[in-house]
Amino acid sequence: MDFDLKAALLLTFGQTMQMVISSLLAAIIIGGSIGLLLFLTSNTLFLKNRIINQIVGVVINITRSIPFLILLVLMIPVSKAIVHTSIGPNAVVIPLAVAAIAFFGRLSEASFSDVDNGVLEAAIASGASKLSIVLKILLPEALPSLIKNITVTAVSLIGFSAMAGTVGGGGIGDLAIRYGYQRYEPEVMFICVIVLVLLVQIFQIIGDSSAKQLDKSNK
Amino acid sequence: MIEFKNISVSFKQDKQIFAAVNDANFKIKKGEIFGIAGSSGAGKSTLLRTINLLQTVSSGQIFVDGENVTNYKKTQLRILRRNIGMIFQHFNLARNLTVYQNIAFVLKAAGKSKSETDARVSELLGLVNLSDKSNSYPANLSGGEKQRVAIARALANDAKILLCDEPTSALDLETTSSILGLLKDLNKKFGITIVIITHELDVIKNICTRCAVMNKGSVVEIGDVYGVFTKPKEEFTRQLLSHTNHFSLPEEILDKMEGPIIRLTFKGDNANNPILYYAANTFQIGFNILLGKIEYINGLPLGILYVQLIGEVDTLKLAIDYLAENTADLEVINHGL
Repeated sequence: MDFDLKAALLLTFGQTMQMVISSLLAAIIIGGSIGLLLFLTSNTLFLKNRIINQIVGVVINITRSIPFLILLVLMIPVSKAIVHTSIGPNAVVIPLAVAAIAFFGRLSEASFSDVDNGVLEAAIASGASKLSIVLKILLPEALPSLIKNITVTAVSLIGFSAMAGTVGGGGIGDLAIRYGYQRYEPEVMFICVIVLVLLVQIFQIIGDSSAKQLDKSNK
Repeated sequence: MIEFKNISVSFKQDKQIFAAVNDANFKIKKGEIFGIAGSSGAGKSTLLRTINLLQTVSSGQIFVDGENVTNYKKTQLRILRRNIGMIFQHFNLARNLTVYQNIAFVLKAAGKSKSETDARVSELLGLVNLSDKSNSYPANLSGGEKQRVAIARALANDAKILLCDEPTSALDLETTSSILGLLKDLNKKFGITIVIITHELDVIKNICTRCAVMNKGSVVEIGDVYGVFTKPKEEFTRQLLSHTNHFSLPEEILDKMEGPIIRLTFKGDNANNPILYYAANTFQIGFNILLGKIEYINGLPLGILYVQLIGEVDTLKLAIDYLAENTADLEVINHGL
């Protein structure tokens, strides 16, 4: 082997984590807010508004129907404008975040919709403000399901981040493709795949156990 | 206390207008336990929800405590709702919050401090006999316990009115009577006005003082529970009563019996006199009770007896006349004369 595998793995692992974590955070905050907006505008107890709901819904659908590879290219000018570069992990975070926001937007909407409407109706009937109902009833009730969906989003992001190599994004997936596939070094590819599998497992285990911890509906 | 004035609620369904409530006009008095009966889809639930404006009305006005609340919005509406508690068939407790947190939520939402909230929650849990369940999650409670927590939550902000949407329909018989007992106590102790909607007529018989009967969105009958149950004015009410009172002789038995079989209804005062005994003595006939039930609604007796009469045709006729005169109702089921 003519390169330091350990150093390369560490570097690319850092890049993968950087891409996944920052786009995941964007997905949770922005995508979660969009999911909440979609839910609130679809529910008569809150702010039912067909027009806003449909406009946001269509935007999400369009974003989700663009293949990620194409989104990656489409977003180059946006990345340039925001992070002043079109290559490297920083640049790739933008298309990753956009894809993840749309993805988690829909998933979180489903999490909110799954909350028993009767529970929300009871809260409305108690005279509580809508804001406090959202924060103190809706969120805790939806939390276990939200966490499961955050896990699904994180795992998809690990997969998406592997494509980041195409615009010089780096990351473990990129390492696997360049060294393992293109230079035909199967050990590198094997190790990279193992690292990715472990990473996915860790995310899944953390997600599942914290969701279970927070779900009191079956204890 | 609560007044419905020309209340109508209609929904658009598949481009058709569907009237869920049609011109409801009645008053619920302060401190009474008022029942609204009707089969499912009769509009009971919709009507109940107009009181705390969970359901907006298409036309008409709602008065609570003399105030027209129909167009209340925002803060005014939230204050109104704090004074009107509500409980539900499926309890509707937040599953990921403890009993304490479920009740504390409505107190904090009304601006109570932490110490006020703590004191009030333990007071309420004492009231509903669940002091040891403060830190339990709803999943660990039985149905009756969940409904008790829901009642505590509904009354947290000193509600003057309690709306009950099929409060016992998900509970077994024993739990039902304990929940109804609790509601009765709360009504007595605090003078809370209670409005109950239910398809279970036994619930109404058990605790209501007055009731309304709804059919297809309209209130078809309203009055004292005893009056409605003993003298239903409307055909629909009669049907509803007969559905729940599976109370008739099996056909096979009827066919086998000889001699006249009569169905006697006793009500109020005449239920306390030994009429059958008098009739048997006076006319020298025999009688055989085939089926019977006497129940008490609001402390007044309502009895139904199926009786086979034995004797000579002529005296039987006289006896039947006598019985008809001295009971609330007499129906000859099987002539045999």
